Amino acid sequence: MRRVILCAGTGCMANGAMKVFERFREEMDRAGLHVVLELRPEAGDRDVRLSKSGCQGFCQMGPLVSVVPDGILYTKVRAEDVPEIVEQTLVGGQVVDRLLYKDPATRKACRGLEDNPFYARQDRRVLRECGFLDPEDIREYILHGGYSAARKAFLEMSPELICKQISASGLRGRGGGGFPTGRKWDAARVQKAATKFVICNGDEGDPGAFMNRSVMEGNPHSVIEGLMIAARAIGAEQTLVYVRAEYPLAVERMKRAVADAEREGILGNNVFGTGLSMKCDVMEGAGAFVCGEETAMIASIEGRRGMPSPKPPFPAQSGLWGKPTIINNVETLAHVPRIINQGPEAFHSIGTPDSPGTKTFALTGHVANTGLVEVPFGTRLREIVLEISGGVTDDNGKLMKNGFKAVQIGGPSGGCLTEAHLDLPLSYDSLRAVGAMVGSGGLVVMNQRTCMVSIARFFMEFTQRESCGKCVLCREGTKQLLALLDDVIEGRADAGTLDLLEKLGRAVQVGSLCGLGKTAPNPVLSTLRHFRKEYEEHIFEKRCRTGRCKALLKPEINAERCKGCGLCIKSCPTGAITGEKKKPHSINPELCIKCGACAKACKLQAVEGV
Amino acid sequence: MATAHIALDRAGKFRKVCGILDQHSYRPSGLIPILQAIQLEYQYLPEEVLTFVATSLDIPPARVFGVATFYAHFALEPKGKHVIRICDGTACHVKQSLPILSAIHQKLGTSEKQKTSGDALFTVETVACLGACGLAPVVVIDEQVYGGMTPERAVALVDDIKMQENATVPQAAAAPVNGETHVH
Repeated sequence: MRRVILCAGTGCMANGAMKVFERFREEMDRAGLHVVLELRPEAGDRDVRLSKSGCQGFCQMGPLVSVVPDGILYTKVRAEDVPEIVEQTLVGGQVVDRLLYKDPATRKACRGLEDNPFYARQDRRVLRECGFLDPEDIREYILHGGYSAARKAFLEMSPELICKQISASGLRGRGGGGFPTGRKWDAARVQKAATKFVICNGDEGDPGAFMNRSVMEGNPHSVIEGLMIAARAIGAEQTLVYVRAEYPLAVERMKRAVADAEREGILGNNVFGTGLSMKCDVMEGAGAFVCGEETAMIASIEGRRGMPSPKPPFPAQSGLWGKPTIINNVETLAHVPRIINQGPEAFHSIGTPDSPGTKTFALTGHVANTGLVEVPFGTRLREIVLEISGGVTDDNGKLMKNGFKAVQIGGPSGGCLTEAHLDLPLSYDSLRAVGAMVGSGGLVVMNQRTCMVSIARFFMEFTQRESCGKCVLCREGTKQLLALLDDVIEGRADAGTLDLLEKLGRAVQVGSLCGLGKTAPNPVLSTLRHFRKEYEEHIFEKRCRTGRCKALLKPEINAERCKGCGLCIKSCPTGAITGEKKKPHSINPELCIKCGACAKACKLQAVEGV
Repeated sequence: MATAHIALDRAGKFRKVCGILDQHSYRPSGLIPILQAIQLEYQYLPEEVLTFVATSLDIPPARVFGVATFYAHFALEPKGKHVIRICDGTACHVKQSLPILSAIHQKLGTSEKQKTSGDALFTVETVACLGACGLAPVVVIDEQVYGGMTPERAVALVDDIKMQENATVPQAAAAPVNGETHVH
């Protein structure tokens, strides 16, 4: 049966995917096609299945429409385009060329995924089903082999064997730390306790990352299946998915998936006829970045302020309500069913020896193709940041030659890397060696017009705001680091500022209890390491090379260009510009607020430095 | 008459809270979902409701306030009729989300401290990341996501809402401010 799949991720929905969906229904009806909305084994001639899928990852080009098995991917589809697609493609079997994606580098139209440079270089495993399955239809997941790994784990494998297989696969936590998952599970398995818990960490707080959101929205059952296997492995009967409050669609889809799994008897009192019970709750977070930390998340689930506590005892020994608890990231759990089904060797055969498997990255910032990317570990940064991305763009989205300046990896805990690091093969350890970390997998590409001091300040402001306040060095240190960065940006810094930044940064790292504080200075320290010259320009030359730091701007009127027309005088909100008609004007720096209105008003580009 | 009306309103308010507490079986561990449900009902967490919750769950009010103030999602003050959220995640930030924020602040006379406009029509907030980074910079108005924003387009959206408000509710200035009338 031919199938039309609409991407219904947050990005495409925001761009009107639902309107496109409804229009498809109407137009297909009108064209005499039989619209099939549910999964159905037999098909008539004129049957066309119309379904929604999870995030397909190519968010900037949404709404996306795929036609299967023709292998066509239409981008930026509007409701107005639907009649043409129905008539040309569904009835006539032709491709609508104008809706195909055009490679910005070659201007060549790409018919489907295979010839699309964004998809062709990826190795989509966790994300594979996201662009295909209807996330709201459990039967479709089951039809494609879903819950077979859970069945195997419950009926054919002992908890010990499951832990052994996960250990052998080399799977490491995808949430940031990179702790070996098998070892974590084994530590909880050997605990003697009647009650144990498994928690899925979907509190993806890293600003600029949305891998977990996409998996929860696009393939929620893979997360539940992973949770069930984890629970079986440690002997737990209660599981919980903690989802970030800012992801309403993910909450809704996870809740629906749990209800469907209960209805189908997959979750409940007699899992696969074993007599074992399995419960799954979905809890919505309440907006605190620190709750991504294991012990803070446990506090939050217990109804307290989300403050971390010292480890040991590790949650695997004493976690939720003092019981052995394991907490795994969404993506980690989504890898688990495949490992159980295909064996640990298959998983270990891709990636690098110390970081096996694939990793999803959220590629954003100044690039032509923003979206979700899944590649094996060991892939060079260059391939993602410059090739899959389609190139670096300027502020208006136009391609820039040699526009690359830096890539920020790992969010507020990570670091900024430069051109020199682009040939680094991605892995947990290679990144740590250069002062960054994989983190949850946010990759924000920045062009030459980005001020690195301001970026460091942006992250510092974030961690300072999100610090829970428990450790003095994190609470007060981040505040002081932020103040020092403000000094640099506003021209008050002196020769001692950089030393102080470095010293204080290291102190915060050492003196904080949890990951938030320990990694909070990373953005500052890594930019200091790789972009020191830019800091020095701010401090000693009182100049920001990108012109983004307002306080350092020195607007001046070029006397040779100025014809004395008076437009700037009229535009200035503070009356800082004076001058006689037809004679060059001047700006009084005392009154000037550097708003840039004069530069905008001037037709001769005579205002410089703003 | 007026006082009777308020008293009736209060009774109604606590009835709803009781319903929410019932659903969570009065378990203190359910404090966060309880507060979330209350906020969904009233748009914010009125002080007297928080103390009522503390008494009902038999925990100190300090603990309830502690939780309510810890999480960014909880609001202790009423919000405007329309909530504008500007995403300032990394992706939106590098794509210039701050000029959008200042344009909206300027348009509505709001600021970082004074988040709700004088006519109680709008509340302007920033959020760390909405996960819609592919569309950066992103503005969310009343749960509707708008991608690829510019200061001009954002201000135009605000203008549209203002126009609709003026057209449909002539007494817009008398829009509900306190939580009691927010119950729907």
